[in-house]
Amino acid sequence: MPDLFAARSQMGVSLAFHIIFAVVGIGLPALMVIAELRWRRTGDAVYLELAKRWSRGAAILFAVGAVSGTVLSFELGLLWPEFMKQAGPIIGMPFSLEGFAFFTEAIFLGIYLYGWNRISARAHAFSGVVVAVSGAISGVFVVIANAWMNTPRGFTLVDGKFTNIDPLAAMMTPAAFPQCLHMTLAAYAATGFAVAGIHAAMLLRDPTNAFHRRAFAIAILVGAPAALLQLVSGDISARYVAQQQPVKLASMEGDFVTMRGAPLRIGGIPSEAERRTKYAIEIPHALSFFATHDFNAEIKGLNDFPENEWPPVAIVHVAFQIMVALGSFMALVALSVLILQWRKRDVVTMRWLMKAVVLAAPMGFVCIEAGWTVTEVGRQPWLIYGILRTADAVTPMPGLIVPFLTFTALYVFLGVIVAWLLYQQIVRSPRGDDVGEIRAHAA
Amino acid sequence: MTLTPAIAIAGVVMIALNFYVLSAGADFGGGVWDFLASGPRRQAQRDLISHALAPIWEANHVWLILVIVLLFTCFPAAFSTIAIALHIPLSLMLIGIVLRGSAFIFRSYGSTQDATQLWWGRVFAIASIVTPVLLGMCVGAIATGGLGMTSFTGPFVEHFVRPWLTLFGFGVGLMALALFSFLAAVYLTVETEGTPLQDDFRKRALWSAAAVFLIAFGVLALSWNAAPMVRQRLVAGSLALPIHIVTGLLAVAAIAALWRRRFRLARVAAAAQVTFILWGWAASQYPYLLPPSLTIEAAAAPSRTLFLVLWALGAGACVLFPSLFYLFRIFKPQQHS
Repeated sequence: MPDLFAARSQMGVSLAFHIIFAVVGIGLPALMVIAELRWRRTGDAVYLELAKRWSRGAAILFAVGAVSGTVLSFELGLLWPEFMKQAGPIIGMPFSLEGFAFFTEAIFLGIYLYGWNRISARAHAFSGVVVAVSGAISGVFVVIANAWMNTPRGFTLVDGKFTNIDPLAAMMTPAAFPQCLHMTLAAYAATGFAVAGIHAAMLLRDPTNAFHRRAFAIAILVGAPAALLQLVSGDISARYVAQQQPVKLASMEGDFVTMRGAPLRIGGIPSEAERRTKYAIEIPHALSFFATHDFNAEIKGLNDFPENEWPPVAIVHVAFQIMVALGSFMALVALSVLILQWRKRDVVTMRWLMKAVVLAAPMGFVCIEAGWTVTEVGRQPWLIYGILRTADAVTPMPGLIVPFLTFTALYVFLGVIVAWLLYQQIVRSPRGDDVGEIRAHAA
Repeated sequence: MTLTPAIAIAGVVMIALNFYVLSAGADFGGGVWDFLASGPRRQAQRDLISHALAPIWEANHVWLILVIVLLFTCFPAAFSTIAIALHIPLSLMLIGIVLRGSAFIFRSYGSTQDATQLWWGRVFAIASIVTPVLLGMCVGAIATGGLGMTSFTGPFVEHFVRPWLTLFGFGVGLMALALFSFLAAVYLTVETEGTPLQDDFRKRALWSAAAVFLIAFGVLALSWNAAPMVRQRLVAGSLALPIHIVTGLLAVAAIAALWRRRFRLARVAAAAQVTFILWGWAASQYPYLLPPSLTIEAAAAPSRTLFLVLWALGAGACVLFPSLFYLFRIFKPQQHS
């Protein structure tokens, strides 16, 4: 395995692993805070039980997210020292700010988890809010740093060196807003649906269980609006990619030929050798419309760019199709739930809908992995888009297959254990007749 | 010494490292004493460590992240050299950090069966012992001037192994481990006020103070050949003698306070002692970030970045320190109640 490929694989595995924990670290605190606030308002002990159980899950996932995030902050240099040497002063700013946001999150999570009996109820709920907010802010800062790699700004390039650098202009990079919006919504949609799906599965067996009913209601309250808004956010992202990274858009669409009124391809397998995308369903003019809101606009195909600036087209296209397909399904389920709830229907008793939510439970996370594949693989062969090639940034350290395999094995091992621990937490959730006991115990 | 933005940020890096060290390498050295738990109160010792550590555990980690982020933002030239030459020990340290953090939380939240708990306890303890040794070895590699290279073409061992795999480096690693263990034991004497466990940790604190003394002289002897520049400044620099005297006095004070069971005083003295050792190292290297040739100023990012980071640090500190104060006020005074 060549060193460059090993380095890219290690970075990919580390990001793919970390992002799941980072996302839950943003979404789950929101759920537990809502549960705690409802407990304070209604006095129903079931909500308190829910907040405590979710916070146990948050503790496990946060701990693994914190250490895998530490690994990533080192890996930026361990794998891409040339990138950090050149870009550190420009994009270090969001990382520094993220450091403080993360500090705040870690401190208040400690207070939240272990402070139940030590501080006032108001201070405790406040700590939960701080965890949820600082988690979201922390995610935004990291995504801003990534956005800069897609649309680098805030410097003048002289002889391949960054001069006249302006870290604030770098943070205002055009990719920052669409990427942060899309990622933050994704975190709430994925966590909300995953949790709602777990409780929907329990409700299919035990539809009157008050514990699962309340859990489902809160999780879907967070997940469903986010999944719906993701359609709007996706549209904003598509137009930004069309403007700023036309090669990436062409790869996402498997679009080899520049044309006016370009069709949208659904499915299909792009062949770089044959320069066409086979087996796709084509909707005439739709791509031009989605990318620019004009049915006849010209969309650049891959033929307009030198082949050594193409990303791996098939990977980007397929990942994009997966994200859009699963994201659309989630949005459809979200819409159904929201309309039925608005019409005062008891959605929990609708078995078809509960089954759809169970089906959608893992989809948010698959979407996130696929979406990051589009963003990151779609940026190749560049590390800093148009400026620094990934191949020129890799460490001179040889034998990178060794750390790649080591960290992969470590993460697989941890992943299995975390999954097992969460499963244990879920099977121990209260049955219908336990709920009365929780309330009696609290009273 | 004039206070330039680069010097100021280098100072903040040292302060962050100082906090990390004062948290005894994030885990309050708990892993060592978990591993060495013995005697009739073995389980009680382990429970205490876990109990003392849990609420502040995650926050302690962030100091190291802050150090890394400040290095790559403000001293990118030094960061990239460190990341290339110390790839192997840093990767091993990361594995240690991952296993330590995961095992700790798996033990707290996982199965309550004794066998599983014990297994995760072992993983936590071993990872906690290995991690500070590797961190110390990286510091040792920097101090020896082994990271002075500018090109990395050539023999693998020469560039990627020899700079850090030295007897001196290993000595610094052991020193880090001994210091963290010493701090941890002293802290735990305060946390166990009025219980039989206090005697256990008092004994451990005294033993580890002895270990710190022995290793410190060993490292100084090794530095004779390994890090001549640092050694020369440690022995002969203008600040060297006062720093040594103060460090020595603090060490004696810590031991005397432990002996006379003045545990809160011992905690202050021990923390100050370790702080002086750390800043003694910084002073011996000044003005070099990576001896023998890369100075703080030469490694620094453009001044606009430095000024912005200083502003960010100021603003961040306004959030961080009140939060930390709140955290410790909640969990530390009534710990043993």
